[in-house]
This record gives sequence, C-alpha cells and structure tokens, in this order.
Amino acid sequence: MIAELGLAALWMAAALSLLQLGVPALGLRRDDPAWIAAARPLAVAQGVLVLLAFACLIWVFAITDLSVKLVAENSHPDKPWLYKIAGSWGNHEGSMLLWVTVLAVAGAGIALLERRISGRMVAATLAAQAAIGLGFHAFLLFASNPFTRLDPPAATGAGLNPLLQDPGLAFHPPTLYFGYVGLSVAFAYAVAALALREVGPTFARAMRPWVLGAWVWLTLGITAGSYWAYYELGWGGYWFWDPVENASLMPWLAATALLHSVTVLATRDALRAWTVMLGVVAFSMSMVGTFLVRSGILTSVHAFAVDPRRGGFILALLAIYIGAALILFALRAGTVREGAPFDAVSREGGLVLNNLLLSAILGVVFVGTLYPLAAEALSGTKLSVGPPYFEATAGPLGLLLIGLIGAGPILQWRRDDPTRLARRLALPVLAGVIAALMAVAVWNARGALIVAAFAVAVMAAIASPIPLFRRKLRRTPLHVFGMVLAHLGVAVSLFGMAANAAFTKEALVAVAPGDSFALGDFTATFRGVDPVAGPNWTAIEAAIDVRRGAADPIRLTPQARTYSSPVTETTEASIVTRWDGQLYGVLGQQNEDGRWQVRLWWKPFVTLIWVGGCLIALGGIIALGGRLWRERRRHDR
Amino acid sequence: MKAKHQRLTLVILALVALGGAAALALSALGDRATYFYAPTDVVTKGVEPGRAVRLGGMVADGSIKRDADGVTYHFVVTDNLNSTPVVFKGVPPDLFTENSGVIAEGRFDAKGQFIADNLLAKHDERYMPPEVAGAMHKTDTVE
Repeated sequence: MIAELGLAALWMAAALSLLQLGVPALGLRRDDPAWIAAARPLAVAQGVLVLLAFACLIWVFAITDLSVKLVAENSHPDKPWLYKIAGSWGNHEGSMLLWVTVLAVAGAGIALLERRISGRMVAATLAAQAAIGLGFHAFLLFASNPFTRLDPPAATGAGLNPLLQDPGLAFHPPTLYFGYVGLSVAFAYAVAALALREVGPTFARAMRPWVLGAWVWLTLGITAGSYWAYYELGWGGYWFWDPVENASLMPWLAATALLHSVTVLATRDALRAWTVMLGVVAFSMSMVGTFLVRSGILTSVHAFAVDPRRGGFILALLAIYIGAALILFALRAGTVREGAPFDAVSREGGLVLNNLLLSAILGVVFVGTLYPLAAEALSGTKLSVGPPYFEATAGPLGLLLIGLIGAGPILQWRRDDPTRLARRLALPVLAGVIAALMAVAVWNARGALIVAAFAVAVMAAIASPIPLFRRKLRRTPLHVFGMVLAHLGVAVSLFGMAANAAFTKEALVAVAPGDSFALGDFTATFRGVDPVAGPNWTAIEAAIDVRRGAADPIRLTPQARTYSSPVTETTEASIVTRWDGQLYGVLGQQNEDGRWQVRLWWKPFVTLIWVGGCLIALGGIIALGGRLWRERRRHDR
Repeated sequence: MKAKHQRLTLVILALVALGGAAALALSALGDRATYFYAPTDVVTKGVEPGRAVRLGGMVADGSIKRDADGVTYHFVVTDNLNSTPVVFKGVPPDLFTENSGVIAEGRFDAKGQFIADNLLAKHDERYMPPEVAGAMHKTDTVE
C-alpha cells in the first residue's frame, strides 16, 4: 500500500506542477491578481505531496519491502540500518526522486518565505521552477518509477555496492543535490527577472541566499566526495579529474562566479546581463552534471543507470531548459539596461577578473570532460583526458585566480588608487616569494606549478584577513568575516595540495612478518596479518608499526575486506593523522612465497586540503547567516 | 569610462577570456589527451615512446610473472591478433587475472615495452571495460 500511496502522491504532484506552471503564467499574461496569487498555495501543496512520496520510499526501504523492485535490487534485510535508509537514494530512481523532492521543497520554501520581491516576481519564479519540476516528474513517472512492484516478491535483496556503504557517502549525493537544486532556484529567479524585465538589485538580493546556500552545499559535497575517494579507494589520491568529479566541480565553479557577480549586482547595480547569464550557465552545469552521472555513459561507481533511454531523456530536458533560457536571454538581453559605471581598478573590476578566470577554468574543465564523449560520438576515436590535461590548463588559471584573492576584497567600489593597492599588498607578496624560495632551497620542492602554488597559498593566506584591519570588529558585518574565512580556506587548501604534491613519500614492498622497510625518515615494520569480521564482511587485517626517530610506534591496520551481500572484495586503507600529515597504508595481495604486498605513504599536511574545504563552506554559512539576519532586520524596520 | 564603452569592453574581455581558454584547452588536448590503443593498433599505427596512452585487451594466458621484489609484474596484453609486453610496479586490482580484460595506463619505453602506472580491471567479473569489448569485437570481425 505504501508504495502505491507514494506513486499516487507523485502523480498528483506532477499534475500540480503543471498547474503551478500554467496558472501563474496565464495570470501574468492577463494581469489577473487571483491567478498570480495561486502560485504560492500550489507550490506549497506540490512540496507536501512530493515530500510524502519521498517518505513512502524511505519507509519501504526501512522495512525492506521486497515486493518493491527497487528495494529488492538495491537493499538487503541484513544491511545496517543507516545504509537501508541511505540506500533509498543510493540508486538511480531514488536519487531522481530525491532531486524532485528537494526541488519541490525549495519551491514551497520560496512560496512561504519570499517577501522581498513583488508578487509578480514570486509567481514567475515559481512558474519557472514548476517547468523544471515538470520535466523531472515526467522523467520519474515514465522512465524511472521508484515504486514499481515485483510479482512475486523477491526472496531476498541484492544488496548495496559495499563501496557505497560508508557514512560519508550516505550523505554525499543529497549534499550535491541540495547544491544543484539551489542553482535551479537561482535559474528560476533569473528567468523570472528576464521575463518580467526586473533585472536589478532587488532581484539580486532575493537570489543571493539561494546561490550562497547552493554553493555551500556544493563545497561540502565536493570536500566530502574528495575525502571519500581518498580513504575508500585506497589509491592515496584526493582528486582524479574523473568526469563524475568534474560533474560536481563545474556547477561549483559557475556558482562561485555567480556568487561574486550577484554581489556586484546587489551592491552596485552593475553586471546585470552577465549575472543573469551566469544564472543560466550555473543551472546548465547542474544539468550537465546530472546527465553525466545519471545517463550511464560513464562507467564508474557513481553511474547506476545503463538504460540509454534515460540518458536521452535527461539530454532532452537539458536541451529544452537551456535552449529556452538562452532564447529568452537573446530576446531580452537587449532590454536589460546598462548598469552603473566603474573604473578598471575597482572592486567591480576585480570581480570581473574573478568571473573571467572562473569562466575560463569552467571552460577548460568542460572541454576536457566532454571532449572524449564528443570524439567518440563523432569519429569513434576512443580517448580519455586525464590529470595531465587538467593540471596544465586549470592549474595555472586557478593559481592566477587564487593569487588575486588578496587584491580583490581590499579594492574600493567604483574607483581605487593602484599605488594604494600595491602598498597594502607588499607584505603578502614578499611573504609568498620568501615561501617559494624556502620551498625550493630548504625543502627541495620541484616543479614550477608546485613552487608557484606555495607562493600563492602563503600570499593569499596572509592577504585574506586584510579587509578586517582598521575596522571596528564588533561593527563589521558577519558576511565580511565569512568572506575572509572562505578566502583563507582556499589558501589553506592550496597549501595542502602543494605540500602533498611536493613532499609525499611512498614505499611499495612485499614483506614477510618481522620485515622492516624505510619510508622517508620513518621506519616501518610489518607484524603479520589476522582475520577479523564485521556485521556483513570478513577481512584480513595487517599490522604495521611505523616509527619516526625515538617516538612511540604508530600502528597501521589496513584490511582486505570481503563483503557477503553482494560478494565483493575491497581494500580498506588505514590512515593515521599526525599534526604534520597523514600515514596511509594499504594491504595488497599475498604472493606465492607468502610475502604480503604493502603500500605506505607519508603525506605531509594533506589534511589541510579538506580543512580548507570546510573553512570555505563555513565562511559561506557565516556569510549566509549574516545576510539573512541583516535582510530580516531591514524588513522589520 | 562611458556606459556604452563599458559594456563593449566587458563583452570584448569576456570573448578574449573564452577564446584564450578555448585555445589553451585545444592545445593541451592535442598534447595530453590519452588515446586508447589495442595491441593491433600499436602495431598498425605506432605510438611514440613517452606519450601517455591507455593500452587495453586481455591478459594473455600464462603471461603474468613477478620479479623477486614481489611488487613488479610482467605480463602480456593481447587482442588475439597481436600482443604487447607490459611492466607494472604496484598493487594490481583484485580482478587482475589471466584471460580477463584490463586497461593499462602508462607509456611505451624506447624498447617497445609498455610501462604501466596504473591498471584498471572492474571488480565484477561480468564486466568488461567498454574499450576492451570494442577492441575484442574489432579483432573478432577481422578474423
């Protein structure tokens, strides 16, 4: 019954989204206040119904209802409780329902909370949101129904890929979806503003919290996904430039650009057409991301669907939304009035440079990600584009961008004096140069990009708090602290990447119990292996003692695990964190002579990569909180 | 700066940035895109030593040998028509076995031996990397 209830709720929600698109659109056309006002209750009702459908899905997974096809294919009665729940969105159909749920709930949120913009703008935004929702409802109901029954019910479930049975990963997809959907809201605002010719600061202020929120979720999702790849895959890397990773990076780059340009529009009423365009691009990137991950054209742990019809469906949605938005943009861009003027050396100028660099990075990542697909589709050539390409293109552009972090925030709006800027940046630049020289001369770092990364990281870290100097800290708005923290996070993360790239030590050996080997200035001793067992796996666990100088040995216990349902072998890396880095151990295979393959890494300051990511997200949260609080106070007055 | 000029300047800047990014991307793609080769492609097309490529096919029967250090592997990748010797130092994936599909990422040395940095073999034994399936299929039709 529960599954049928969920399906019924989904159909009704789809019907409501059709109304939510049609009624306000007609109302705006005829200028009928009653029809315009209908958008809000419709959006709330749709949100409630979709939430009900999603609750039904969680319910059938929680009780492992094996008569539901999706549960039988993706869950198992013996699975730990958390993964039963997480399993409801750890598959194609469930994750698409989650997409629609977040979308509809966001629509209900706009309907209930949005009071800053005109009722006409709210109605147009909700109609644009409903247009997006309608496409995904159709996709769910016609190509990915999560509530299909099995007759007769399955005897037992197939289980969930053990690689995905991980607390971090249980919350990784929802995090990214919150980000994608947040950008769809920004898109809906942009389309509404274009359609009603209301591109201006009011629109920008209404859109900004959604962009900021989406950006925080994307930042968290990317950081968590990167750490997951690092400790779960056992390859010691944190970013592989895999198309699925790029699928989350591209919307983030676009959202970062949008976040900066929307500030210009809100504060200075400049960059109007550009901001609207970025809103369209950011949502396009979310759709491209969804397409890459969900269409099954990629083979990876993330790609569940191998049904080509689904890929075609998402591609068609992508083409319709982006095409329609671009046509609207082309028709209306001419009517967007010119914004306020500014000098080249000014805060606006800095933000334009930021946006251009982010767009360029987005462009090279986009080309590198889609080129292999295009080449194969057009000429049948099979090729892949990997880290060497991305490091050579996105690397220098990214360093240039981070190098400007210090300059941008201390520039004044409209017009600034270049010599004043140079004076304030002298100390950070000097510190960066010294850091680069020390990295080369004292610590023997090699590679132009790596040395430049050290210089830029140190420079940006020192320059990022400058906006707080000579200010009364108690009267400084919260969003300034948020910005400083986020910029500092970028520098911290970059420092971690540079240290990891320059100073990682690796040992790869085959050892018998009692054997010792060297890893940089550590000495490692292999003690042997023991069988261990968990709730749904058994494993062979190695014990490796690693010692540096006279300090107490650090025990690493990497495992080779075998999961029972479905039967899958995985390697569990053992990671021990010290203040100056991480030891990372992986157990390989046993050779015929009885020796075990062991791989050890010492990764100096590698944790800073994710610490930086968390700082960036925290900065975003503080800025969002500060903005909302100020808006509220202004509204109350 | 006049308002009209400002919009024009911004548009030109944006075009320059995008054009620059496109030029950078295309030149880097020319040098750094990793092409997929089956052993027969290696023989017919030739691969310059040192260029990053992916070599795919089946691991030949009885070809996996291990050096005394216990972590250096020698094996032969075949597509049933031609075969290529490969050296790999590292921990191979669990399903790296003889007579199963593999993709080796790396480069050829001057002696025509393939030095692999990374081996890809999917956990599921029913899985065959799409490129390998394609390469096998091609040689099947040649035969």
